[in-house]
Amino acid sequence: MKNSIGKQFKEGIITNNPTFVQLLGMCPTLATTTSVINALGMGAAVIVVLTFSNLFISLVRNIIPKQIRIASYIVIISGFVTAVELLIKAFFPAIDAALGLFIPLIVVNCIILARAEAFASKNKPIPSIIDGIATGIGFTFALTCIAFVRELLGTGKIFAAADGTGGITILGDWYPAASIFLLPTGAFLTLGFIIALVQKISSVAEERKKRAEEPILAEGIEETEITEIIEEAEVKEGEAQND
Amino acid sequence: MTDIFLIMFAAILTENFIFSRFYGICPFLGVSDKPSTALGMGMAVTFVMTLSSAATYAVYYLLLEPLGLEYLKTIAFILVIASLVQFIEMFLKKYIPTLYSSLGIYLPLITTNCAVLGAALVNIQEQNSFVESVAFGFASALGFTMAIVVFAGVRAKMQFSDPPKAFRGFPILLIAASLAAMAFSGFSGMKFS
Repeated sequence: MKNSIGKQFKEGIITNNPTFVQLLGMCPTLATTTSVINALGMGAAVIVVLTFSNLFISLVRNIIPKQIRIASYIVIISGFVTAVELLIKAFFPAIDAALGLFIPLIVVNCIILARAEAFASKNKPIPSIIDGIATGIGFTFALTCIAFVRELLGTGKIFAAADGTGGITILGDWYPAASIFLLPTGAFLTLGFIIALVQKISSVAEERKKRAEEPILAEGIEETEITEIIEEAEVKEGEAQND
Repeated sequence: MTDIFLIMFAAILTENFIFSRFYGICPFLGVSDKPSTALGMGMAVTFVMTLSSAATYAVYYLLLEPLGLEYLKTIAFILVIASLVQFIEMFLKKYIPTLYSSLGIYLPLITTNCAVLGAALVNIQEQNSFVESVAFGFASALGFTMAIVVFAGVRAKMQFSDPPKAFRGFPILLIAASLAAMAFSGFSGMKFS
């Protein structure tokens, strides 16, 4: 049980990250990452909606007729989105002003519908809740990464409040703030480079795994030799990267 | 009259749905590399968005507002859009089969296209009149269509280019989109009011 929870979290956050690996829910990813606080606000809203919608869809999964399941999912999701929207309006008006229409638009966020269809409609309530939390955290993590780069390069500060005040200055006065990172151009550019980095890391990890497995298949090679081969391969790889 | 023209002009260029407002990115990145397919998708979106702008206007001001249920607008709009898409699909299948055969496969995807719900919500937020709402929906969809058709062409060309391995697929597409967004941000200097 404990193992499967860990696996679900690993899958939702790293190996099957909704934004970086599955490339779902791009609209809020690009639009709400102008600052880390906005990204965290958006991520929190999605975690709440995803957890509750997964729970409810899992509870009613055997009652809903197959033909109208997507329509029913959308109604359930939009109910929770409306609740979250009203809560944010009441308690965090600055975040509401900054995120604008992207909170009601969580309804049509493909991540939530994808998890409902792929997971909650086939699993029991408790694993569905965990899946919702894990996927939501994965989404928040991705948003925060993008927002960190954009806010740092765009303003030189980090953790500025939703209305643009405060924040910790990291790049000092010598840094001319490249405000293009706060514009749509910077959003596309940052996301493109981050996904390229993710693809690079995953391809390197895959190759390393392959190389580590190959020598074991050959007979008569001692373990020390295997590590030597791996180290050699790593050195070569490092050289290739330096090129 | 000039108001309507300005709303449409802004919706197509200065506030383009894809390059400035970020509505409808999923179909934009997911659509095929054939301009003709992209045009079919764009036409289907234009059709639905124009009609849904009218329908959501009616639902909001004739039903939700008199009853004091404005806060239910997200649920109401998504239901209106979903049933409208279903209705259009059935209508086209029965009465205009030629149009159905070219647009039909794109219609079910439109319910979850955030551009359609986005346009409906923007109309309410900006307190547009009925004619303005329809004009805004139509023009935004035109801007969306323009973006996906142009980008299908870019993708077709991109198959012959040779980016670094890590950049293949989505990353290089996003970087191309960022250059296009830079071009569109040039329009944002235009002020009409």
